[in-house]
Amino acid sequence: MKLKRLAETARPVIAFVLDGQPASALAGDTLLTAILANSDHVRRSEFDGGNRAGFCWMGACQDCWVTVEGAGRQRACTTYIAADMRIVRS
Amino acid sequence: MTDVAIVGAGPAGTRAAEVLVRAGLRPVVIDEAPDSGGRIYQRPPRGFTRTDKTLYGFEAAKARALHAAFDALRPHIEFRPETLVWNIRQNILFTSHAGDMGEVPFGHALLCTGATDRIVPLPGWTLPGVTSLGGSQIALKAQGCAIGHRVAFVGTGPLLWLVAYQYARAGATVAAVVDTTAFTTKLRAMPGLLRGGATFAKGFYYVGWLRAHGVPIIEGATPLAILGSEAVDGLRIRTSGSEQQIACDAVALGWGLKPETQLADLAGVPFAFNAAQRAFLPQQDASGATANPSIFLAGDGARIAGADVAELAGARGAWAIVAARGLAVDHGEVTRLDAALARHGAFRSALDAAFPFPARLAATMPDETILCRCESVTAGELRATARAGTTLPAAEVNRAKALSRIGMGRCQGRLCSPPAAEVLAAALACPLESVGRLRGQPPVKPIPIMPRSPGSAP
Amino acid sequence: MTTQADVLIVGGGGAGCSAALHLALRKVRCVLLERGLVGGQASGVNYGGVRQQGRHPAELPIARRAREIWGRLPALIGTNCEFEATGHLKLARNATEEADLVAYMEVAKAHDLPLRMIGRNAIHEAYSWLGPTIVAGSLAPDDGVANPRLLAPALARAARAAGAVIRENSAVAGLAHDGAQFTVQAAGETFRAPALLNVAGYWGGEVAAAFGEPVPVSPLSPNMLVTEPLPYVIEPNLGVVGGNVYLRQIRRGNVIFGGGRGESDPGRPAARPLPHVSLTGMNLALELVPHLAGAQVIRSWTGIDGEMPDHIPVIGPSRTTPGLLHAFGFSGHGFQLAPAIGAILSEILLDGRTDVPLEPFRIDRFGPQDPLHG
Repeated sequence: MKLKRLAETARPVIAFVLDGQPASALAGDTLLTAILANSDHVRRSEFDGGNRAGFCWMGACQDCWVTVEGAGRQRACTTYIAADMRIVRS
Repeated sequence: MTDVAIVGAGPAGTRAAEVLVRAGLRPVVIDEAPDSGGRIYQRPPRGFTRTDKTLYGFEAAKARALHAAFDALRPHIEFRPETLVWNIRQNILFTSHAGDMGEVPFGHALLCTGATDRIVPLPGWTLPGVTSLGGSQIALKAQGCAIGHRVAFVGTGPLLWLVAYQYARAGATVAAVVDTTAFTTKLRAMPGLLRGGATFAKGFYYVGWLRAHGVPIIEGATPLAILGSEAVDGLRIRTSGSEQQIACDAVALGWGLKPETQLADLAGVPFAFNAAQRAFLPQQDASGATANPSIFLAGDGARIAGADVAELAGARGAWAIVAARGLAVDHGEVTRLDAALARHGAFRSALDAAFPFPARLAATMPDETILCRCESVTAGELRATARAGTTLPAAEVNRAKALSRIGMGRCQGRLCSPPAAEVLAAALACPLESVGRLRGQPPVKPIPIMPRSPGSAP
Repeated sequence: MTTQADVLIVGGGGAGCSAALHLALRKVRCVLLERGLVGGQASGVNYGGVRQQGRHPAELPIARRAREIWGRLPALIGTNCEFEATGHLKLARNATEEADLVAYMEVAKAHDLPLRMIGRNAIHEAYSWLGPTIVAGSLAPDDGVANPRLLAPALARAARAAGAVIRENSAVAGLAHDGAQFTVQAAGETFRAPALLNVAGYWGGEVAAAFGEPVPVSPLSPNMLVTEPLPYVIEPNLGVVGGNVYLRQIRRGNVIFGGGRGESDPGRPAARPLPHVSLTGMNLALELVPHLAGAQVIRSWTGIDGEMPDHIPVIGPSRTTPGLLHAFGFSGHGFQLAPAIGAILSEILLDGRTDVPLEPFRIDRFGPQDPLHG
């Protein structure tokens, strides 16, 4: 899955780190948007090993939790990206 | 102690706060989001530039009015954004904000907890590229993104057509709109739908626009599977006996909404089976009062009726609280609200009939379908609990949960409990209501283990 | 309608279902009556510890016997109920607690319970994830964990397959003994038998009181929580001296922990965890295993058990009514014992003897009770 940005593309670019690799997002992106603008998944199911990329985008399904270094576990769809955040996917 | 706490700052919570402030109270308003508006009128992050008209379409004026109302209330309420209410016991709300645990004691609480999409899992629905219908709308509205480059919309209900329209208008490619409800079913509900007036007309407008712009529309279809191994590469459906594949790289799924009833459950509000919505719902009277004299309910969090009704019900619930507190009630206003709510009720019944939950689709999902995506429990594993294996058969959903782990994961059955109940009832060949409902368990959503000193909660 | 049986069993927890199984295996006609669903209370919603270490010495012979059955559950009932001998590691957080562990080594030795002390350096070397406040531990390698949700339904299914009648949603509405037979009303029917097993958990107190021997039993609701799945590193089942926290990780990754008590209303019946107790439990868990910081708790729960003033159950014959046997009030640690309780009760009934000393568990050990408060 790669998101397609359709609007609001003139926002400032924000640099962050995804699994140790440099990545970029736009100010106002959630972690979910930021990750899926750079990559095809957000986490891996602990039980079936399948890639997951969230589902509900509204903090209900709990299928987009990631680790942010220094901030612990964060739900990607309800957390906003900040400069130099270091996101680690499971 | 806080006199009144409102959980949820969407349409119901905003209008409720307005009434309470008018009555001279200063409510605490708690919401998980950083801003008011709820999901339907979710405000984009700062720095976004699209107009209200672009974001909310026909509802722009309502969204603007609601946001303005909340902004005007801000000095008169205590707003706690980005705060989860994870439990409720007696007259205390237990909150979590950025890892900090807190408590909000209250005299009366109005729960305006909103709704989530009602989903029927399909094989492949856990693939990246598949979102809920509401999720696909939030991606566009709050993040300026489409969930993919060629998006198929699958489900039923007014939101299906609205989101597909919004995607197409925003420049996304809509691969297809697949409505599981046959046109004839909607036709039968037509007389009742006409009561909806403007709402009904808008629905027709979206369908017409999509047709006029060449978007493939398939009604009365059965979605069979979302295809792909690492990502979505198609959708397989069946229409009148023949199967076809739709090429797409993203799929949005939604069959109407289901209320977020967890807090009402933890507050001890009794539930009753609602045949039209095929769900157990918290019991309330027309004012939003419940069997728990401190707890009132309003909006889609109590039963699905849409944003317009939520505004009315929020105000009505707030007046009920004003009355319960012995303050002066504007009886003319209450009468007006009651009449308006009654009018909407008739339209709602017609909508339920026009866009029924596809119980059969859920009940007959293939065994290999991942039903509980948190715990990766398949429909086949759930069905096995209905038979005697190495344990007694599960005659109801809580035992099925105990035996199969269905609904035991991070979301606590938020997504899978309606289809799981359908699967179990079908496997047991018994009425849906006899399999019961999953008991609510705190926390309502995950809460973090963080270093803190005992009793440090404020 | 009246059903005649050899034995009536009141209560579908682990003990009752095990009794039904052991009786049915010996061709005894038994009927088990359960108010809700089997394993619905203490037996089904407990922590899942299969622990001998730390038990009251009087319980150890039963625990040893139970442990032997746990090892052959697959042959007995067709499933191991996710039992795994992960070892039970009991931790000391100071010198006084360490002395407690040392003192228990003698008790274990007297009952042939394998147990070994691990000192401060060795314990942090062996379990690098333990928090710094841990000064010592004792490891019982044969102890372990199981899935409590599976045990009672699996025992009940096996009992049913062996010929027992298992009646769920059958609350007992009336109990009587006419000198020769017990008569029990449940779910609109009448059940009669010359023997009755009272394995009704907390509600065992009401059954005992109905036969004129009230006991001081109170409801106990252990407060339990579970985290989201985390990488699997915590192999042994963990406890502490004093028992204010206990914690284990299942192979799927979730960390299950408990401590303190929830609240209950045995009359409905209903029980729920208490928010403050949950938050305190999270702190205590973090002290044991600091890497839990930031992990998400996804669910909490409790159930209702019966607790006796001396924290050991009532097991054995009634002093008032021939044919009545009690086994209830397991005080929060009956899950491991359950498979053996059924075996022991069946032996008392059918053989008139059992090889486990039951004297410490006799029902009249509390002295006369106010019958109104039984």
